[in-house]
This record gives sequence, C-alpha cells and structure tokens, in this order.
Amino acid sequence: MSNIRFEQIEGKILGFYALIAGLGILVLAALGSVYYMEHHGHFVTGMNNRIVWGMPHVFALFLIAAASGALNVASISSVFNKKLYKPLSRLSGLVALSLLAGGLMVLVLDLGRPDRLIVAMTEYNFKSIFAWNIILYNGFFVVVAVYLWMMFERRMNRFSRKAGLVAFGWRLILTTGTGSIFGFLVAKQAYDAVIMAPMFIIMSFAFGLAFFILILMASYQWTNRPLGDAVVNRLSNLLGVFVAAVMYFVAVYHLGNLYLAENTGVENFILFDGGIYTKLFWYGQIILGELIPMALIYHPATKGNRSTLGLASVLIIIGGLIQLYVIIIGGQAYPMELFPGKEILEGYGGVAQYSTSLPEMSLGVGGVALAIIAVTFLVKLLAFLPESLADDVDDPHHKG
Amino acid sequence: MSKTLNRRDFIKTTSATTIGVATIANGITLTTFAGTNKTPVTNEKRWGMLIDTNKLSEIDIDGMVSACKKEQGWGSEVHSTGNQKPGWIKKLKVKDKATGKVSNLALMCQHCEEPPCVDVCPTNASMKREDGIVLVDKHLCIGCRYCMMACPYDARSFVHETLSNQKEHMPRGKGTVESCTMCVHKIDKGEVPACVTSVNSDAVIFGDLYDASSKINQTLKTIQSAQIRADLNLNTGVRYSGL
Ligand code: SF4
Ligand code: SF4
Repeated sequence: MSNIRFEQIEGKILGFYALIAGLGILVLAALGSVYYMEHHGHFVTGMNNRIVWGMPHVFALFLIAAASGALNVASISSVFNKKLYKPLSRLSGLVALSLLAGGLMVLVLDLGRPDRLIVAMTEYNFKSIFAWNIILYNGFFVVVAVYLWMMFERRMNRFSRKAGLVAFGWRLILTTGTGSIFGFLVAKQAYDAVIMAPMFIIMSFAFGLAFFILILMASYQWTNRPLGDAVVNRLSNLLGVFVAAVMYFVAVYHLGNLYLAENTGVENFILFDGGIYTKLFWYGQIILGELIPMALIYHPATKGNRSTLGLASVLIIIGGLIQLYVIIIGGQAYPMELFPGKEILEGYGGVAQYSTSLPEMSLGVGGVALAIIAVTFLVKLLAFLPESLADDVDDPHHKG
Repeated sequence: MSKTLNRRDFIKTTSATTIGVATIANGITLTTFAGTNKTPVTNEKRWGMLIDTNKLSEIDIDGMVSACKKEQGWGSEVHSTGNQKPGWIKKLKVKDKATGKVSNLALMCQHCEEPPCVDVCPTNASMKREDGIVLVDKHLCIGCRYCMMACPYDARSFVHETLSNQKEHMPRGKGTVESCTMCVHKIDKGEVPACVTSVNSDAVIFGDLYDASSKINQTLKTIQSAQIRADLNLNTGVRYSGL
C-alpha cells in the first residue's frame, strides 16, 4: 500500500464553508436549547419522573454506539489484516472520535447539572457502570488518538497494527459497557435480557458503518477524488451483513422475552398493542431501518448504485434512532410490575406519556452536527483521506 | 471508607461550625463533613417502618402525604406538570387479582439495604448511611437520573424547576434528584418521621429494626409482613402487613 497518498482536502470551495455554516447553526441552536432547558429546568422538556431519559439519550446512546462501530473499518484492516480497508483506517478513526464527541456532548448537556461535570470526573463509584463508562469514553479518545498518530507518523507505522488491536479491544468493551447500562435496571422488564450488550455491539457495527459510508462517499464526491467500486461494493456488502445481524439479534431478543413469562407484558406492549411504540417498532425500525435498506443493498436493480447505497445508509441511521427510541422511551413508558399478582387501581401504573420537545430534539441534532463539523474540519486540516481510492490504486489485484 | 462515616450529619444550617461547607441557597448549607450528633450513626441500628394496610385508612394516607409535603417543602411547584411533579410519598390502591381484596398503602423510598439507586450512581451522590437511610447528596448529584431508572419502586423525583421558599433542613436543587429521607433531620434529633407522627393509630410503626426491644422489631416477629417486590432481594427498610 505504499502507493497510497494521503492529502488534506481543499477547503477553499464555497460548499465547504456553506456546510460548516449550516452545521454551525445547528450546533448553536443546540447550545441555545441547552441554555433554555438548564435555565428553566427540565419542566420545559417532555421528560418527567417516569420518562427520565428522553430524546437526548436516544441521540447520545445512538452516537456513542455508532462511534465505536465506525472504528470497525480500521479494525478490519489492522486486526484481520485486510489490505483493502487499510487506506480507510485514518478516516475510520476520525469518524469514530467525532461521533463520540457528538454523543458525549448530548449526554453531558442533558444532565440536570452539567456544570458539575468535574464531579463526574473526580468522584467515582466503581460499582456504577456509568462511572466505568466515563472512563471508557475518555480512554477511547486516548486510544484512538494514539492509533491515529501511529498511522500518521511514518516512524510509528510499524506499531499501528498493535495500536489497532488495542483500539479494537477497547471499542468492544466500550459498547458492552454502553449496552450494560440497561442490564442494571433490574425492575424494568424491557431491559431484563442478557442479550442487550451483544445486541448493542452489532447495532454499533451497522450504525457506525452507515455513517462511515456516507461520509466517505460525500467527501470523495465533493472533492472530485476518484472512489472505485471495489471499495464501495465491499463496504456495501459489509453493511448488508451487519443489518442482517442486527435483525437476527432483534428477533432473538424479542422471542426470548416472549418466552419468559414475566416479560410477556412488555413484549406484547412493544410488538402488538403499544400504540406509537408498536408502530415505530414495525414501520420505523424493522421496515424502514432494516428491510428497505437490505433490499436496496442486495436487490439486483439497485445493487452497486451509490445513490441507493447512500439512501440505505440514511435509512439505517434513521431506523437506528427509532430503535433506540423504542428501547429507551418504550422501555420506560411501560409500567414496572410493583405488585406481582395484584392490580394497581390508583397511584401508579399505566403507560407513561412522553412527547419530545423542540429543545430536546435540537440538542440531539446538534450532537450529530458537531460530529460532522469535526470530520469536515479535520479532513481539511490533516491528511486523513487518500487522494485516490480508484480501483487500481486501492486494490491493484482487483480484476475489472 | 471514612467518607461514609463522615457523612453522618447530612444537612446542617449555616450557624453550625462545619468543615467544607458550601452554600446552596440563602442561609442554607449542606455539608457532608460535620458532626453535631450526640449519638453517632452506626450500623448497629437500622431504621425502618411497618405499615399495616388493614389499619391504615385513606384519610391517614392523605394525611401522611400532606405531612411529608409540609415537613420537607415539596408539592408547591408551579411549572411542573403531571409526572414532572415530585412525589416523595404517594397513595396507592391495589387489588388482589385472586381474592379481590383492595388495599390502600403509602409508598415512599423503601430504604433498601441493597439499594440499586446507590449501586448505579456514578458519583456516590446516592448513598446509604450506616443506619440504613438512603439519601442523595445534593452536592454530588449531577442529575444523570440513572438512579431513577434503577429504583424498582418509582420512589425518586427529579427537580424540574427553580424552587423558592425551601426548608432550612431540606435544601432541594433544580436539576438534582430527591426522595424520602425518612426525615433524617428529625431522626438525628431523636424524633420520629413526620408521616409517622401524622397517623393517629399504630397503623404505621417507626423504629430500629435491629433493637429487639423496639415495638417494630417485636411486631415484625409476631405478625405476617411483606416487602414489596421481595423477589428482588433488596431487603427493604419499609415493610407492609395486611397486603
Ligand atoms: S426504594 Fe428506590 S430510592 Fe429508595 S433505596 Fe430503594 S432503590 Fe433507592
Ligand atoms: S441523578 Fe444524582 S443521585 Fe442519581 S445517579 Fe445520577 S448523580 Fe447519582
């Protein structure tokens, strides 16, 4: 791969500034929303004492999962030594860091007291998976940054594979940690499944790769650099496999819950009679976010077409957000079983209501915008992108 | 280690000499590092309550809720709506599916011996005193609400708005989590929680679960009582009979 040349993108074009400005407005709107929510208190949001985690958590956990998944491309190259992916490693690391930054921004700014972030950084309860996650997230930045440095610095190149291995191990633990947040909620039926953590890992693969493909295709398109079919088709296939894997895990998770007598309540709720959550699950998550993208990726009529691959990626991202919405909000909306064998007539119970507010939505979108701004700036500042990914450059053995 | 021991006096007024005091509202401070207690907080005691749903009337429960509101200063929030309103203690009506028996009960923080809310809190803000009372240190709480997700009894509330006219002994802060303190400020003075005092019968008994001579200990030995969601093995400090 010595013939791969990395180069910064040209940042003089109008489009570059327009993109930064557009995203910047979204980030500013998010910060404005945070000021509004913190100034008044959370009563201005749709969140309450039953739905304590709202739309910001949906975005935050989605972005954090996607971040670890975006590192996959680099991992495939370093861990499994697949040459085709090597030129993509730098971008993969960058997208991972940027998505994590966006996710953490949303997570932190939705705290009741974001001004006490320092407390979270200094006071650790080592029994808390949340405290561990803070360490894992910070560590991810360091590990991936070191990995990137070793890829950038010629003298360090020979260590980059080892660094890649460490980063791969770290991201697996990180996503397990994120998925495990739910594992500790003993009384919430929706989260009472061992499969949550591995399911999160697979979800992260799909979400992260969808982001990566979009960013890759957009940056090559907009800078007029050649991007060969070999790379794109390989990534497209991989994306299809990941989405299929997510569907498999989702099926196992729900069938498992249906089988467990104590969790049939919440299962019926999500799958059949949960109103908005049932609709979101079937139409949003399954059809829009999984079946249609699969069809776009594999159907002979659309296979290999970049526009449809882009559309599939966008749908996977939207479907992923919907999936997290169903898990996080739906899981809270369904009441806990306070008195098994008894019916609660008054005082607690019923499906909790939640409707997201504009500032919550704006905070979440701001996190995505921040991630994209970070990528856009850094590919201009540093040589993250190979100047060509044409088939003959990237994969000299590729046959027509 | 020493931290838990030093947290014995949870809340104090500015007049007291304390180390590491921070002001959280005018004239009100909250410290985690002081000790004016005559009797130290030790794990030789375990405070608890026994609520007899056969004796407890609906009026009693309403009285308990009002007493708690009055004592701790919650319930007059102006902006919070519906489920955003705090509920340190609430009235529940439950019907047994098999027998059809309807019981009324008061539900508040159960002061679990193995509290999930304490396990999940990233900053140790959610903590259990040596004597079994579970509290939130409002200085350490970052408002992540993970404890609310973890509590099996829906016992915690998040302060959704700016508050005024707070009680000196119970500073509450926007953006932090709160729940029943078992009136720790009264217990530390040798008094009984406000909700218990409000009931004019022995439908609610408060005392030291470990003290063999206490009324609560003796009653628990003779009658049949239950913990809510006993299957979770949290060993709650609040027990119920007649359910
Ligand atoms: S009832 Fe809830 S808030 Fe109270 S100690 Fe148990 S888990 Fe914590
Ligand atoms: S909301 Fe506060 S008390 Fe609850 S877990 Fe978070 S930091 Fe701890």
